[in-house]
Amino acid sequence: MADHSTSTIAIRDCRIRLMRGGAGPPLLFLHGGGGMGIWLPCMARLAKKFHVIAPEHPGFGASDTPPWLDTVGDLANFYLDFLDQLDLSGVHLIGSSLGGWIAAEAAVRNATRLASLTLVGAAGIHLNDVAQVDTFLSNEEQRIRDLFHDQELAEAVIAGSQRPELEDAALKNRMMTAKLSWQPRNHDPHLRKWLHRIKVPTLLIWGDRDRIFPKDYAFAFQGLIPGAKAVIIADCGHLPHVEKGDAFAAELEAFIGAMRIAA
Amino acid sequence: MKFFNFHLMPYRHADLDAIAKNGSAWVTFSNRHYDPQKGAELYHDYLDQMEFADKLGFDGVCLNEHHQTAYGMMPIPGVLAGALARSVKRAKLAILGRALPLLNNPLMVAEEYAILDNLTRGRLIAGFVRGIGAEYHAMGINPAYSQERFAEAHDLIVRAWTEPGPFSYVGKHYQFKYVNPWPRPYQNPHPPIWIPSQGSGSTIRWAARMRYTYCQTLSPIAAVARFFQLYRDEADKAGYKASPDQLAWSNTIYVAETDETAVREARPHLEALMNYFLKMPTEMLLPPGYTDPASMKRVRAAKVTGKPQSIEDVIKAGVVIVGSPNTVREKLAEYQDLAGFNTSLTKTQFGTLPDDMTRANMTAIAEEVLPHFRDRSPQGARREAAE
Repeated sequence: MADHSTSTIAIRDCRIRLMRGGAGPPLLFLHGGGGMGIWLPCMARLAKKFHVIAPEHPGFGASDTPPWLDTVGDLANFYLDFLDQLDLSGVHLIGSSLGGWIAAEAAVRNATRLASLTLVGAAGIHLNDVAQVDTFLSNEEQRIRDLFHDQELAEAVIAGSQRPELEDAALKNRMMTAKLSWQPRNHDPHLRKWLHRIKVPTLLIWGDRDRIFPKDYAFAFQGLIPGAKAVIIADCGHLPHVEKGDAFAAELEAFIGAMRIAA
Repeated sequence: MKFFNFHLMPYRHADLDAIAKNGSAWVTFSNRHYDPQKGAELYHDYLDQMEFADKLGFDGVCLNEHHQTAYGMMPIPGVLAGALARSVKRAKLAILGRALPLLNNPLMVAEEYAILDNLTRGRLIAGFVRGIGAEYHAMGINPAYSQERFAEAHDLIVRAWTEPGPFSYVGKHYQFKYVNPWPRPYQNPHPPIWIPSQGSGSTIRWAARMRYTYCQTLSPIAAVARFFQLYRDEADKAGYKASPDQLAWSNTIYVAETDETAVREARPHLEALMNYFLKMPTEMLLPPGYTDPASMKRVRAAKVTGKPQSIEDVIKAGVVIVGSPNTVREKLAEYQDLAGFNTSLTKTQFGTLPDDMTRANMTAIAEEVLPHFRDRSPQGARREAAE
């Protein structure tokens, strides 16, 4: 499909890969610990209304691993630089899992270029007494199974993940994910103190069968970000944009559409 | 050759079926399986064995460090070293921990080792390790920072021992306004530093450059020979000739009257070590970032099927030496010449081996093996043999 292109861009000293497609208000999609992945059907759908930008984070896949990269906060500041350099404004910022944590950190620090924030199965805060899978102790197959509710989809993803040419990127992604999220596991204890500073309209999209960050996290974020709206997608795991792409895109379109009417 | 009695201090009463069911004796194996009555008994048995080793003429005793596991009950080896510092009268006392990256305050190891060096009047050997991957799961330390933290903690400790304090230290992971530990080490400039590793190339090369004694953990002798050759090559590059005294092989030896008896007696206990106490998933052993991607890929490519290892397998591969006194002497001499080491870190207790058998083994080694190697150094053309 020629609805998107992949290119490389340097932000200060760091070259990253990014996919982009469509035209309209900018929609910046930050991926999770699994890496940038492919141009998803939901991205193709959203590209009909938005300028979809899906970068590969520093330290992941084909992007550089800069010496300054240690924390999620570093990536949050990197994406604020990214928005400045591309001079984007009115940005709809979306982050899945680890990407959601980066997005929330960035929005706390500086939301002047943002129109809205959408967190999808996001990391960043911690809840006691919520059973969560330890993805660092699972083998590759189990890890993929735990991402999805639909195990037929999981099988297909497992089959597609065995290609040797993907091994380097997978190892790199995993190493960087560990660096960013091993300890404290998947959160920054200081983030929750400042989530109230997020004043842009915020949407929380969660799968009701998310085993990585169960939907309790959606409600916790909702309690911490003023006015945030939570949408729970049925029969869906940790990656609604992959597993229920149409429902995901529809929720996002409705949310942004309602924002425009309100404005 | 020097002989050290190397103890892992396993919780040898562990329910092996429960370990198998859990998939590992590490991290997730519930401490409900630990019985303090039995555990206390084991600590005393094991410490008595170490004192016995001293009396038998072993050159040293070795402790190690692992966390949250039935494999070894020595998460804080300094406590046990403290217990031995006054009762082991002659032998060296080696701690083949401490896992530096796990520490949030490396100065505490500078202090602990300095106390032990004073207590033993200079018989301490100071081990520094990164710890195996499971440690990072157990102790909540980011494996991606393992190498950075090791390097920084090592530099800080050696400076704390050698530079007059107080001075300030500001690193990426550790910062101190005042570095000024009391006591200072008894040995001048500091206790010998030994570096145990599973065979990481970067660790071997670094140890060679630093002239630290390198200790190879549980490996087939052919691999040991390659690792030791890498050390010698790196020493050559650094402009000096490595001595066999800088190389230590960590092995297991069991001696009985005949080969057959030795194998029969050692089998269940050694197989318990190999197939239960040591077992863990790859994800536990090698968390992301613990080692560089190239090494990670090598390990994944070499992935063994995980089938149980028999005592015959590990004898054949030269991981252990089990047999009559004559067989053990022959094998050890062969391996010493092949790999070129001058220190044997010998587990005389292993897996579920009970106290009486351990003591009999220690006595047999002391009487039938040690005297024959007292003045023996590696012989022959090693370089070719290792290739």
